[in-house]
Amino acid sequence: MPSTVSINIPGLNKTINVPTGLFINNEFVASVDSTELIHAINPATEEVICSVVAASSQDIDVAVAAARHAFKTSWGKNVTGFERSRLINKLADLIERDAQELAELEALNNGKPLRIARDFDIGDSIQCLRYYAGWADKIIGQTIEVDNKAKLAFTRHEPIGVCAQIIPWNYPINMWAWKVAPALAVGCTVIMKPSELTPLTALKLSELVREAGFPPGVINTVPSLGPVGGAALAAHPDVDKVAFTGSTITGRKIMEAAAKSNLKKVSLELGGKSPHLVFESADLEQAASWAALGICYNSGQDCTAGSRVYVQETIYDKFLDLLVTKVNAQVVGDGLDDKSGGGPVVSKGQYERVWGYIESGKQEGAQAIVGGVKRTGKGFYVDPTIFIFGPVLSVGIFKTEEEAITLANDTNYGLGAGLHSNDASQCMRVSSALEAGTVWVNQYNILNNNVPFGGKKQSGIGRELGSYALEEYTSVKAIHWNFGEKLEWPL
Amino acid sequence: MSGTYTHKFDTASYKGESTVHTGLFIGGQWVDSIDQGYIDVVNPATGKVVTRISAGGSKDVDVAVAAAKKAFRTSWGLHCPGVVRGKLLNKLANLIEANLDEFAALEALDVGKVLEKAKYADIASAISCLRYYAGWADKVHGKTIETTENKLAYTRHEPYGVCGQIIPWNFPLGMVAFKIGPALATGNTVVLKPSEITPLTALRIADLINEAGFPPGVVNIINGYGHTVEQAISEHPEIAKIAFTGSTVTGRKILKASAESNLKVVTLELGGKSPTIIFDDADLEQAVKWASFGIFFNMGQVCTSGSRIFVHEAIYDKFLEQFTAIARDLTNKTGDPFRPGTEHGPQVSQIQFDRVMGYIEDGKLGGATLHLGGERHGEEGFFIKPTIFTDCHPDMKIMKEEIFGPVAAVVKFKEEAEVIEMANNTVYGLACHVFTQNVSRAIRVAHALEAGNAWVNCAQMGETAMPFGGYKQSGMGRELGEYALDTYTQVKAVHINIGTRL
Repeated sequence: MPSTVSINIPGLNKTINVPTGLFINNEFVASVDSTELIHAINPATEEVICSVVAASSQDIDVAVAAARHAFKTSWGKNVTGFERSRLINKLADLIERDAQELAELEALNNGKPLRIARDFDIGDSIQCLRYYAGWADKIIGQTIEVDNKAKLAFTRHEPIGVCAQIIPWNYPINMWAWKVAPALAVGCTVIMKPSELTPLTALKLSELVREAGFPPGVINTVPSLGPVGGAALAAHPDVDKVAFTGSTITGRKIMEAAAKSNLKKVSLELGGKSPHLVFESADLEQAASWAALGICYNSGQDCTAGSRVYVQETIYDKFLDLLVTKVNAQVVGDGLDDKSGGGPVVSKGQYERVWGYIESGKQEGAQAIVGGVKRTGKGFYVDPTIFIFGPVLSVGIFKTEEEAITLANDTNYGLGAGLHSNDASQCMRVSSALEAGTVWVNQYNILNNNVPFGGKKQSGIGRELGSYALEEYTSVKAIHWNFGEKLEWPL
Repeated sequence: MSGTYTHKFDTASYKGESTVHTGLFIGGQWVDSIDQGYIDVVNPATGKVVTRISAGGSKDVDVAVAAAKKAFRTSWGLHCPGVVRGKLLNKLANLIEANLDEFAALEALDVGKVLEKAKYADIASAISCLRYYAGWADKVHGKTIETTENKLAYTRHEPYGVCGQIIPWNFPLGMVAFKIGPALATGNTVVLKPSEITPLTALRIADLINEAGFPPGVVNIINGYGHTVEQAISEHPEIAKIAFTGSTVTGRKILKASAESNLKVVTLELGGKSPTIIFDDADLEQAVKWASFGIFFNMGQVCTSGSRIFVHEAIYDKFLEQFTAIARDLTNKTGDPFRPGTEHGPQVSQIQFDRVMGYIEDGKLGGATLHLGGERHGEEGFFIKPTIFTDCHPDMKIMKEEIFGPVAAVVKFKEEAEVIEMANNTVYGLACHVFTQNVSRAIRVAHALEAGNAWVNCAQMGETAMPFGGYKQSGMGRELGEYALDTYTQVKAVHINIGTRL
């Protein structure tokens, strides 16, 4: 098993070197006891790009021990916020330097268009790291007045400790940044398990972690199968916190394992079935564009994908026409092709799953007004599909505001929601009534690094981004310092 | 188009060249003063003129304010996202860092600071201050506040607009950073007046402001005298906010002019007569070192200098012996700021020299015992030897007024309550230093002292993340830390009715 492979980027006449080992203590190493490999696949060609080491549960133990040691010696309370800020900023600079190459690797393994990977995914990731670098030297507790003659009471916001972070395949680099940045900023150490579908960019980023100068063990990268590495981390007695983004089913398992092991802290970003409400006063052309973005972006592989659109009946026909036009306008193709606005779905498994939904929708009598027909040839392509009252994007109708809100909230999920209206009071009422962690008004899917993101109901626990993410990685210690009270004993 | 001055450094510890523009920096351009002439820049180690720079006047301030106002309304303020403001501040910090040695040399030349100290204290803290505020720029939060479901109620923390900033000569570059860091991070534009005694690093940083990419008019730098430029800034009807660091006397004028003009919001960082208190259970060896640092650092030219040193009678003799030894050592290492091994430099100017020597005379005449120093060092430049007075009483001038020189007034005490009262017996309230190994006493005394900054078992150890400011006549408002964001923003409360009908 070579320690670095040279990957050829088709059409660009270049190669990228990717390390294939597990990144532990700033070194790429083989598994301690396993010869299992993960095969990274190019979803546009269905071919194997390369293979990397799959971590076993023994490897997870090694990684956790490395993270624990770093937390006790070179990180955690042993490093100043100023130094953490400097290192995270350095990492951001290095990612910026290598953005083109990272984008090529991301497009190759995930399928998304290269320019979108570079300008959006990686651009936002760099900004996310810089945002949290800015917080690192601003971790502030409170001093609290109790009794000025006797006690000084204050809180310290301490790093939680060793954090396991399990990320999905839809935005490999961006999800990596969202997780790593706040954790490092407050002084936690990290065991990062990228998705077994898209491990390559996490490994490449590990090289930059080392180059930036982070002490060994601060970030460890362990590609691994979910039921192996993910399960081991969630149940590990020496992991203080697990942060997971992925499916609700897996989220439950993680929380259960956490509860059964050491009651580690858990934050979850799970699925969604996010609704779009289009009211009659909306700018229809804009609303149709945002709705198209909501379902087409990233080939629909987005936790906040606006997969249900409800349109007020007075504007239903007009809106539907606009939506179909917008959706059909997108060019879906190979991510390395400049013309592509969207790529294939990430894997065979996802391809079969989505087509399964489409087929079952047709069988139940739903009418596909866009898409619904498989391509011939190579590549896991699912062209945008709009059903009337079906899966994938379903478009429904409502009469009144109350009805729209009821339809929107009728789900166990609560991740995102969008509403389009030019009636300001309606915007306020509806955004207040929608049961979602993020509500977009006259917009969809646009996030900002300094605004929190997370789910209500079964879409998750905790918040990422913004100052709120800092709370996910700190734990509050209250200190009561007596300097004036003498205890009478016995009472 | 204004001129430039190139200084060739050929010293034991630094060789190189530095070129500064000598004009006024307004709207991203270098211009001469409209009608005010020039000011000489003097090297305080030699007393000789180095160069001269343009002196601005009220007409130049008008032009600068117009440029700052235009930038605020178009390319800066809330038209420029916090992320971008932060990026530019980081860029500026990087540029200073890339030219660190040059900045340190300019500062040592202009102020008389020991070169190594300029590098690792002054320039380094300016860089980290700008980086700290770069990090705040996209984190200026208001609040959403629950009232009723019929209303969306929230606050915005908005920049003032054009801020006037007037800084002193004791930490020129550091003071530029402390002022422009939070002001720019929150979206204000700035008209800044450096001290006419020490303009060089402010002039040098102006070129980097252009290079970093700040839009023209965001930062304007106008040298000049107090009675011209400072007065014009404090009276200007279009300046919404003024921040001043300097003497209490001038601070009063600024506050008065602000009240009489447009009620501009005022932040003042003024003088101090800060107490250093050493209890009998202190780690004496450490306490002596900190106390010396506390009064002799920067030749006593620090607003937080611990200039009244209260020592418990049980350790008084031992303290004095060790304190004197350190002061003597500094005296032996007095000289050229650029010579390796120098630990004590000149006072910044002839005027300051005369002022400090005047207080030393007062000390002698007032009945205190001159224990060490009390005289000029050498034949040229503005050097004063580290000076110690003992047997001081609270009604002496050297115990009441801020000397701003390397002059310590030492007093003996017996009881904790007694020393707290003596320490608080001053119109000032900037800093206090408490030395004891008894943690309960440390907290009690630190809390009892009327000062904006309390240092326990240390002195002069500022942090960018901690707020800084004075009680009583040492000032109003806070700089540094998160608190500075409040200093440079005003709160707008927005009430949006969504359901109440009349």
